[in-house]
Amino acid sequence: MTSKQKKMLIRISAAALSMAAALFLPEGELPQAVSFLAAYVIIGWDVVYQAVRGLFCGRIFDEHFLMSLATIGAICTRQYAEAAAVMLFYQVGELFQGYAVGRSRKSIAALMDIRPAFANVERGGEILAVEPEEVAVGERILVRPGEKIPLDGLVCAGVSVVDTAALTGESVPREVAPGDEIISGCVNRSGLLHIEVTKAFSESTVSKILELVENAESKKARAESFISRFARYYTPCVVLGALLLFLLPPLFFGGAWDMWMNRALIFLVISCPCALVISVPLSFFGGIGCASGRGILVKGGVYLEQLAKAEVIVLDKTGTLTKGSFSVTEIFPVGMKKSELLELAALAESHSNHPVALSILKAWGKKAESVQIKGLQELPGRGVQAEIEGKAVCVGNRRLMEEIGIFCAEPEAYGTVVHVATEGRYAGCLVVSDEVKPEAAAALSALKKQGVKTTVMFTGDVQKVAEKVTKTLPIDRVCAELLPTDKVAGVERLLQETSSRGTLIFVGDGINDAPVLTRADVGIAMGAMGQDAAIEAADIVLMDDSLLKITQAMHIARRTMRIVWQNIVLALGLKVVVLLLGAIGLAGMWAAVFADVGVSVLAISNAMRALRFKEHNERTEAQGSADL
Amino acid sequence: MMKKTYKLENLECAVCGQMIEDAIRKLDGVQEVHVSFISQRLTLVAEDAAFEGVLQAAQKICRKTEPDCRIVL
Repeated sequence: MTSKQKKMLIRISAAALSMAAALFLPEGELPQAVSFLAAYVIIGWDVVYQAVRGLFCGRIFDEHFLMSLATIGAICTRQYAEAAAVMLFYQVGELFQGYAVGRSRKSIAALMDIRPAFANVERGGEILAVEPEEVAVGERILVRPGEKIPLDGLVCAGVSVVDTAALTGESVPREVAPGDEIISGCVNRSGLLHIEVTKAFSESTVSKILELVENAESKKARAESFISRFARYYTPCVVLGALLLFLLPPLFFGGAWDMWMNRALIFLVISCPCALVISVPLSFFGGIGCASGRGILVKGGVYLEQLAKAEVIVLDKTGTLTKGSFSVTEIFPVGMKKSELLELAALAESHSNHPVALSILKAWGKKAESVQIKGLQELPGRGVQAEIEGKAVCVGNRRLMEEIGIFCAEPEAYGTVVHVATEGRYAGCLVVSDEVKPEAAAALSALKKQGVKTTVMFTGDVQKVAEKVTKTLPIDRVCAELLPTDKVAGVERLLQETSSRGTLIFVGDGINDAPVLTRADVGIAMGAMGQDAAIEAADIVLMDDSLLKITQAMHIARRTMRIVWQNIVLALGLKVVVLLLGAIGLAGMWAAVFADVGVSVLAISNAMRALRFKEHNERTEAQGSADL
Repeated sequence: MMKKTYKLENLECAVCGQMIEDAIRKLDGVQEVHVSFISQRLTLVAEDAAFEGVLQAAQKICRKTEPDCRIVL
């Protein structure tokens, strides 16, 4: 609580005491009136003062002015208790509002607490703690265990484990050694690291992320712009209503001036749209904050709104649905054991750097030290040939096999097929493919449960390969053999088929798909840690590459939208009801105060729920994927 | 064109934030302005030559709208 808030608390207590004292004094006599008025002055003097100031600045619809008018009106009609109470509750409400907003601001800031406070830079043999902004590219910094990595760079000395939790929302320890790239925002867990800075602070990952989240507020959701437009007209309309209510019935229908003035004053108390103006953006902000705490960066409330309405979701294949790295998935030997075939292929490929060769070596998992390999020859576009322990071995594609006079069938499998021949005889083949992510099926079915109607896969691969991937996944449509330029056209076609109330989401790995990311209603880039291009092009950025993050994002979006609509209905509904009841004399000043500050407080408390994420759902989703 | 972000002190009502934003937008030389009530920040994009003047005027607008509110320079 700030000192200003503490002072207000003292004033509120003093006014409350004075009011309580008044209640014990004889009803309707001078001492009681004085006691109520004292409470009014203690609590409300600054409101009246600001109202007068506002008038000089030409602001008639200022909330201070409206509150002052309503309460002074009440005093004129001898409702001293009501006048004091309205002021008291108004101030209590304002205090709570300030406190709640301050607290939510802090908890959101805490979620985004990745800004490093300092960097230990080595200059002239000394180590100085300076602001991260002051470190130049090429300088060496020192990061001790427990400290945040302040700038992006290369490790030049030291071995350690870093924790990416602040960036990805999940605590995945990563080992780093000299030569490794390191990203700012991670926490150094174990050893002392010397890092050569490769990017200035303003270009570092941390800055990019902070900038993105800080700018999120300017991209307003439609619900937000609706509310701010509404707020502009609401106050003048209600004040006009109050004026009509005060003048018309007594002038034309012979009503009592006192009574109608009272009802008009009730209108004035309800005329401030604060509950709406604060709670709707606060809900979106809470949702965005909640998402960023989990490594999901949302560039604006509008994207949460759009994501909640997702109808079609388009996913890229390589790197999004699949891991984007190759591994041996199947082995079909002819006349030998599987392990023998694998060993033969691995030995022949042992000096190759091709991704396919590397995956075969990884699957074999041994080192070719004691084995004699002679005459190793790479045949570009075909494979390799070598002499292993005296035997001629050829490893490569079908073309290579045909060249050496072997005709073989392609197996029914998805991926790249590597054939092996030894001493002119066919020995079998290995299938190397990009693996589908283990959580893919669970994530896609969860999305369907969340209201997505169509799931589409985009790929540059041939139809046959694409269909094999989708066999195991709940994917409704496949668009195969797409060139990068076809992807935009594909998304445009799908956009036309999407209903006007639904939206189209595109999920890619951020590499080469910037145009598609921008064209879709919501572009989601995944695995974007350290990839500036992806962070720039996408609307929602997932810091790691788990597909479950998409369902989490969807969950947060839908929950945030629910809270937003609850607040709009709650705040508007209550105000309208109290206005109507007030007009016919069924609601008094007390109800009006509740409809004003009470609703604000309720709406703010509700908005704060957007910050929290039900861990329960997260666990069931995670379990769903573990069951696979 | 220059873009700068400032912290706002004592901005206590959301409607006031909106009024401040609307008033600053009308100043000469202002390209873009955003007042965030939640993060208590003012983001101002204005022409280089006019920037100082705009900032001074914005400070005045803040004081006028909410007596305690000021831009932290």
